[in-house]
Amino acid sequence: MIKFDQVGKLYPGGYEALKNISFEIAKGELAFVTGHSGAGKSTLLKLIAAIERPTAGTVLVGNQNTAKLSHAAIPHMRRKFGLIFQDHKLLYDRNVFENVALPLYINGIVGHEAGKRVRAALDKVGLLDKEKALPITLSGGEQQRLAIARAVVSRPSILIADEPTGNLDETYATEIMNLFHAFHQVGVTIIIATHDTSAISQGAARILRLDHGAISS
Amino acid sequence: MKLWLRQHHQAFQLVIARMWCTRLTTLMMLGVLGVTLSLPAGLYVVLDNLGTLAGSIESDPQISLFLALDANTEVIKDIDKRLHGHHDIKDYRYVSRDAAWNELQHNAGLEDLAGGLEKNPLPDAYIVHAANNDPATVEQLRQELQQWPGVEHAQLDAAWVKRLYSLMQIGRQAVLVLASLLGFALLAIIGNTIRLQILTQREEIEVSQLIGATDAFIRRPFLYAGVLHGVGGGLAAWLILYGALSAFNLSIDELARLYASDFRLHMLNAQACAVLILAAALLGWLGSFWAVSRYLTSIKSSR
Repeated sequence: MIKFDQVGKLYPGGYEALKNISFEIAKGELAFVTGHSGAGKSTLLKLIAAIERPTAGTVLVGNQNTAKLSHAAIPHMRRKFGLIFQDHKLLYDRNVFENVALPLYINGIVGHEAGKRVRAALDKVGLLDKEKALPITLSGGEQQRLAIARAVVSRPSILIADEPTGNLDETYATEIMNLFHAFHQVGVTIIIATHDTSAISQGAARILRLDHGAISS
Repeated sequence: MKLWLRQHHQAFQLVIARMWCTRLTTLMMLGVLGVTLSLPAGLYVVLDNLGTLAGSIESDPQISLFLALDANTEVIKDIDKRLHGHHDIKDYRYVSRDAAWNELQHNAGLEDLAGGLEKNPLPDAYIVHAANNDPATVEQLRQELQQWPGVEHAQLDAAWVKRLYSLMQIGRQAVLVLASLLGFALLAIIGNTIRLQILTQREEIEVSQLIGATDAFIRRPFLYAGVLHGVGGGLAAWLILYGALSAFNLSIDELARLYASDFRLHMLNAQACAVLILAAALLGWLGSFWAVSRYLTSIKSSR
């Protein structure tokens, strides 16, 4: 599903975020990317989602080389992913419902069908009673769950989360991790970057340990 | 097709909702655009009215051929024959001195003048229309007719109408120049408005792009906003013109009554209105397309 072959990322200015990374993640796998902050976890996720392009090597997503995608093809590529950002990137001038509906609108799904899907996603993360609320009125854990609802509403085959439990206390963090496990159960490929090794607990999950931009085993 | 329609409907609704949220600012903006557009449109209306006024007067240049007072029937017959055979003459009409005298006595406002005269001072005359209305040819024809025996005087009428027409031609060019300049201003105003809107929605654009929005999706609501601003500005210009003309007509009515005329300023016709609004909509579209493209290019290159 996702294949890195000797991938490097050199930022302008000379900072080498990733060097010589090779790995493969199969369809339906649950993978964790761990490492200290600044180890290159976020960069790695951005390379998968074609937000950044590698400066060396190739990144294949579903047999497509992300570096070779045309500008017009990138949006369609991104729709395969459900992205959960470190800083949530919620729209604070729109209510919960509209935040979750955004990916559907982008896919051209509106009206009754969109409403049904949005409520299903909100139900999954337990925010069904808050659909009219503005994100700013939600707690940190609720905002995180809202971000997850937005990521899964268009039923992507790959879910990518950057520090989803970053600022949450243990109860909330467990709740969020349980959500990811539930999605994993139904066959979604999940890649989670986290520095919190305690979050990686149950099951035989795949772990990619990054150290200063390189994979350490 | 259905998807395409849905996406447009969606973008349109979003824009209407946004405009409603900022309705005061939007109204101010439409006012500014309306004033900008009403200037060339107003000048056009003035010229159009002048054209109607001039058009109600005989606009074909005609030559009045006044015969000598002692011209007898022989001479008149001769002139008639020469006029008949002439290539440059479209038609001509004989006005006998008695007919002219009769007309003068019954013409509004001139009865007093005619009443003061004891006998008919008028000569026999021909009214001649040239086949070609080109001023130079007509003048040449006049000079030729002047030379004929029995002709006392050949006068070219309606020369001032020609002059008015060439003045109006200059006026029309002025409308074009003014319209292009203010069209550019409109482009800049709408482009800038959209640019500000983009800045307030920067986060939304960023998030949308991250989750797979195409450039077209990002652009669509802004294009609608641009077009709606253009159409709104066009309608505002129409309202401004309508209001101004109605106010003028109140005074013109009074003036026209004094001159026993039923002249009134008329509004832009339907076709000109359509042109005004469509042009404004097109400029709005262009302005916002330009603004969004510039923004999309700038974020693409910063990545």
